[in-house]
Amino acid sequence: MKIEELLSSPSEWVRTEGPNSKIVMSSRVRFARNLRNFPFPGWAKKPDRQKALELIQPAVELLPEMSTSFSESMDNVVAIDKQVLVERHLISREHAAKNVGSGVVINDKETISVMINEEDHLRMQAMKSGLQLKAVFKLIDKVDSELEEALDFAFSPKLGYLTACPTNVGTGMRASAMVHLPAMVLSDQINQVVQAVNKLGLAVRGLYGEGTEALGNVFQVSNQTTLGEKESDVIERLNKVILQVIEHEENARITLLEKKPRVVYDQVGRAYGILTNAHTVSSKEALNLLSLLRMGVDLELFSTGTRGVVDELFILSQPAHVQKAAERKLTAEERDSFRADLIRQRLKDVLKPKIVDEGLSPEGQERGG
Amino acid sequence: MVCDICKKNEATVHLTQIIDNKMLKIDLCEVCSKAKGLQETAGFSLADLQVGLGAGDEISAEVGAKCPVCGFTQADFKKTGRLGCSACWETFETGLATLLKAMHKSDRHAGKVPTKAAHTLVITEQIKELSDELEKAVREEKYEDAAHIRDQIRQLESKLKISAV
Repeated sequence: MKIEELLSSPSEWVRTEGPNSKIVMSSRVRFARNLRNFPFPGWAKKPDRQKALELIQPAVELLPEMSTSFSESMDNVVAIDKQVLVERHLISREHAAKNVGSGVVINDKETISVMINEEDHLRMQAMKSGLQLKAVFKLIDKVDSELEEALDFAFSPKLGYLTACPTNVGTGMRASAMVHLPAMVLSDQINQVVQAVNKLGLAVRGLYGEGTEALGNVFQVSNQTTLGEKESDVIERLNKVILQVIEHEENARITLLEKKPRVVYDQVGRAYGILTNAHTVSSKEALNLLSLLRMGVDLELFSTGTRGVVDELFILSQPAHVQKAAERKLTAEERDSFRADLIRQRLKDVLKPKIVDEGLSPEGQERGG
Repeated sequence: MVCDICKKNEATVHLTQIIDNKMLKIDLCEVCSKAKGLQETAGFSLADLQVGLGAGDEISAEVGAKCPVCGFTQADFKKTGRLGCSACWETFETGLATLLKAMHKSDRHAGKVPTKAAHTLVITEQIKELSDELEKAVREEKYEDAAHIRDQIRQLESKLKISAV
């Protein structure tokens, strides 16, 4: 399929609602694999990279999971489309910089994506809505086992799957969940949670992985180590931690509503007010306000159908998506205007938050000003 | 002198830090030092910067060690923090083992093993290695360890029988 077809509809994980999708936006598992007889992409000369690509790409295309897919060499993907793929979490920022000798294969539902010649010869991932780590693991594990029949992976009995970077050797697996934690941020508990999770050997990062800030109160929790532990044990451990994070966030929301309802309603109300009336908005502001709107949906201040709209806007508000939707090159200012128009348009049927005033103290004393 | 990061421009910023009697030195050009935020007088860690470069990670005691398959050297690892090919894992095995121990839960893979054929191969290999460990444990009179290793070997042997059926 062509890239336009692939990008015309939102990813499956945005359209559907998996278990616990109130707080867990998506679950993702990726495997790193390399061919035994080729130098790693970062060290390989162009002919070797190309040979590896020619070997891997058809093998991936032949997988039953990839029967309807977008498959292309990176030099044939234009910059704006690469950026859109990054914003959809289908390729990494590093991969977006690749050209000749690298490739990508993505299935039509955007649940499986395989990067060829990123840092490793293969980086394959599966992604689904909500907390479904076990299901995404199963999915990518199957893809890996099928590929194994066609490709000779570099594997050592002692060290497991051999990778370019020592941080990935062993299982080559990185499992992660994208969690939305507005109440923890609002109540200043987020740093405690980050520290506690770090102590358990897991990493917490911003929306786009390594070194990115947490926009829109969205965080990525993932395993750090890949050697010495079975994949299923890692998944189990991560799953348990995420369940606890969910519980903490839910408690934080209950406490906030009990102790500072005015703060909550104020934040959600303002977010609604701005997003439905703004005529220019940056992507950072949009994401932060959409986050509050999303929390408003969870707190039943908006109709349940609103979450789908908000989750789609989370993706559509990002720079490359806006640029793509405009179908022409926009300046930063034009982009902000276009984004505001798009958001207003999409939110036009969303009614203002239903807030029950009962029991709400008239002053904001709880806030201390 | 050229910049340690871009390897192109003339280095004009020279930094030295001494922590625990260990001296770290880095030479940077104007552009890279700015990019790394070193223009500000606020604290920074040279160690972080060097680890970021892949340096500080010694993967071979031998200065000129080179992967026979792909020609990758220790200096290349220092530059990028990445290896050249799967054979590098053998070439630099000893040095990498130290690095892996600091980085991971253990230095031994415990997860998925490729195909059934490889499965047998791997188990045979594991039994061989464990037998060596067993011998060593007995020699050192660590009988508790020896018993534990023997159990592991038996478990692996029974796995082999199952896959042979």
